[in-house]
Amino acid sequence: MGENKNDSAKVGLGAEVVSLLKSNVREYMMYIALVVIMIFFTIKTGGAFIQARNISNLINQAGYVAVLAIGMTIILILKHIDLSVGYVAGFSGAIAAILLTKYGLNVWLTIFIVLVIGLLIGFYQGTLVTRVGVPAFVTTLAGMFIFRGLLALTLQETGTIIISDKTFNALSNGFIPDLPIGNGSIHILTMLIGVVAVVLVVMGQIKSRKNKMKYDFKVTSTPVFVTELIFISVVVMVIITVLAKYQGIPWTAVIVGVVLLGYNFMLNKTCLGRYIYGIGGNDQAAELSGVDVKKVTLFAFCSMSVLAALAGILYTSRLQSATPAAGNAFEMDAIASSYIGGVAVSGGIGKVTNTIIGALVIMSLTNGMNLMGVDISYQYIVKGIIFIVAVAFDIRTRKKAK
Amino acid sequence: MGENILEMRDITKVFPGVKALSNVNFKVKKGEIHCLVGENGAGKSTLMKVLSGVHPHGSYTGDIVYEGEVQKFKGIADSEAKGIAIIYQELALIPELTVYENIYFGHEIKRGRTIDWNETIVKASEMLKKVKLDVDPSMKVKELGVGKQQLIEIAKALSKNVKLLILDEPTASLNEDDSQNLLDLIKELKNQGVTCIMISHKLKEIIAIADTITVLRDGATICSLDVTERKIEEHEIIKHMVGREIDNIYPKREKKEFGEICFEAKNWSVYDQVKGREILHDVSLNVRKGEIIGIQGLMGAGRTEFALSVFGNTPGYKITNGEIELNGKTVHFKNPSEAIHAGIAYVSEDRKGNGLVLLQDIKYNISLANIKSLKNGLAINENEEIKIANEYKQSINIKAPSIEQKVGNLSGGNQQKVQIAKWLFAKPQVLILDEPTRGIDVGAKYEIYTIMNELVEQGMSIIMISSELPEVLGMSDRLYVMSEGKIMGELSAEEATEQKVMAMAVQS
Repeated sequence: MGENKNDSAKVGLGAEVVSLLKSNVREYMMYIALVVIMIFFTIKTGGAFIQARNISNLINQAGYVAVLAIGMTIILILKHIDLSVGYVAGFSGAIAAILLTKYGLNVWLTIFIVLVIGLLIGFYQGTLVTRVGVPAFVTTLAGMFIFRGLLALTLQETGTIIISDKTFNALSNGFIPDLPIGNGSIHILTMLIGVVAVVLVVMGQIKSRKNKMKYDFKVTSTPVFVTELIFISVVVMVIITVLAKYQGIPWTAVIVGVVLLGYNFMLNKTCLGRYIYGIGGNDQAAELSGVDVKKVTLFAFCSMSVLAALAGILYTSRLQSATPAAGNAFEMDAIASSYIGGVAVSGGIGKVTNTIIGALVIMSLTNGMNLMGVDISYQYIVKGIIFIVAVAFDIRTRKKAK
Repeated sequence: MGENILEMRDITKVFPGVKALSNVNFKVKKGEIHCLVGENGAGKSTLMKVLSGVHPHGSYTGDIVYEGEVQKFKGIADSEAKGIAIIYQELALIPELTVYENIYFGHEIKRGRTIDWNETIVKASEMLKKVKLDVDPSMKVKELGVGKQQLIEIAKALSKNVKLLILDEPTASLNEDDSQNLLDLIKELKNQGVTCIMISHKLKEIIAIADTITVLRDGATICSLDVTERKIEEHEIIKHMVGREIDNIYPKREKKEFGEICFEAKNWSVYDQVKGREILHDVSLNVRKGEIIGIQGLMGAGRTEFALSVFGNTPGYKITNGEIELNGKTVHFKNPSEAIHAGIAYVSEDRKGNGLVLLQDIKYNISLANIKSLKNGLAINENEEIKIANEYKQSINIKAPSIEQKVGNLSGGNQQKVQIAKWLFAKPQVLILDEPTRGIDVGAKYEIYTIMNELVEQGMSIIMISSELPEVLGMSDRLYVMSEGKIMGELSAEEATEQKVMAMAVQS
């Protein structure tokens, strides 16, 4: 990297840190909130919250919300909303259970069929929104009715279906296998993945910083940059070590990771991502710039429902059964996660990587309060308060930035 | 006259990182029309926001002395209570409500605890008479044109017993007729004792109407000119505004070489299904390579509708007759994407509304219309994007710290340049510019004219739609005059005069 050529670096480290804090206060607050919540529950539960076993648990529980929230982020950036995701997920889970138990289909074929059903649902809702012009709120509210009914209908004869398929259940209960070396006290492959991930992230960051410097863009000074890298690496390695000491990385984390990387790439690096931000920011300008607004919106609804189907699979796998109660209030957690993760209420702004943090905040609250034995009614109230505080804070900071 | 109704002393207003106003002194005499001019970003709007309390007392330094007392406005409500009303460029009426509801919106006439609607209607009619607007007060505001809406804003201000009326570019979106109407009304109000501060870019109307002209530049008062004492010339104001003389507002083109006809519309007729009538009738026009044609006409003549119907962005438009030829080949565009692909670019008249994505940065906006050309496999080649954006930033002089600056934070002139850069990157053969200099300052206008000249010299064809007659006359090689959806005539640059064009534009 060499010495920083930017004169701004000479302003002084203190001033730079302050200005960084000021301009990124929104994002930092989210991380701080997450850490505070985690520390709070760790103290309140006498350390149970932070134990490897519970962290694994938390990831498995958060999986379906994270997947939903990623899809919801796209929908919200486009200034739409999808209220039907909960029951689409519940319905999809029920279909999966029936295909597996009643028809004895192969797991992978089952998953494929369920995802295709998700796609069709998305196509139906997206078509209503884009071609017929029914507002998304109404379309998906109707969807909530319909899929709730379909879920009940599907499980009417059998009631709750218990799933015994090991592969299916491993999706949200299992862990990646270990390499056949080592003494079993620590999960070698997990550690390996952690190290590789850290190396990739560090290299990627250095490359992108070099690139920015080449174009004389503003970059953080070397000490701040190095501190950032060290911080990220330490956080990743701590989590990885905690997981490795238990049973390794859960399959759920792998699935969420793949979805996250895919959507992050799509939003930041592809034309489709550009179009999504463009439509969210100013749909008429996007239209006049040659963007097919209807097609992109249709895609968003299809992607949302496919992810809802995937969430249904994860949830069903987690419970190892399909129940008529599945899907209840999932959309609330998904929407709250996106907003806590910094999606602008007026659309056009949002990142899936931050949405994941939002999902972690929401699921840490659920998990922690469950550990503490807090009554479900209080849980809703607490989550609602944190949600509205986060959004109010977001709107305040954005106004100030203007 | 003589006594000052308002004196702003040593006003300094600092935004994070920018000193928007520095020691501005601004005096307004009672009962005069005082025009405030300056380039965009000179601080005119900020000064008015300080006056009206949008920037509350304490957020600036200096004193506001109004009617002999130092005022400490905490918000608009405070200044309104003292009889100061401000009418913004973007009208603040509620389209779905009626005229009378709008006029008394926020200060409803009450009897007891409920609104007295009958009294409201009677009073509203009186206000409408004062502004010489003959409309039914129970009409919805959305059914009226912009010109009439502007008058309703003024009626609303009058209903609050305004003593000092501030108008921020009141004629920016009005046609010549409505503008004249409005200026006459302002003079009439002056006779009734209302003091008026008007911000405007249109120097001609300023000279015609002002008693005093104050010029701001870079957040400081440059001078106050008393128009009642001697005649002030346009170039004198311009000199103060930009700090240098601009010899010619319209730069001359070095060479004029016209090629073959590049774009031609033949008997183009369009039916608007929403309005339920034909909005374009037998429009035929052409533009050659290397030529600028102007389309002139009054508001509502169908100029923007023509551009949009060609561009393929036509929800509810039905093309009933005619065709478009591009380089001799008949084309039809189903959507803007096809038009862009074929080499047509449309720079919108409404850059904030449907031209730019204000939340995003300069480079995003420049690449948006042709982002596919930057595809490298699945991903976008971001280095190439940065390179291109930087090239345009330099070549057309977009003033911003970097191409990562959010477009929403740029001045009007720079936003317009971003819009032009975006469409140049789409590599068009035909560039349609719809009101390319609306609401931007003299210096930036000149730069945009220069860019237009360079483009046609390189062989591009430009169709310029503009409501500013001098601009169309100054820039076009040929011009078409439209009225009520029809082409009324074609004039060469040599034969076109303001009188001839206006005569055609008001025919029907």
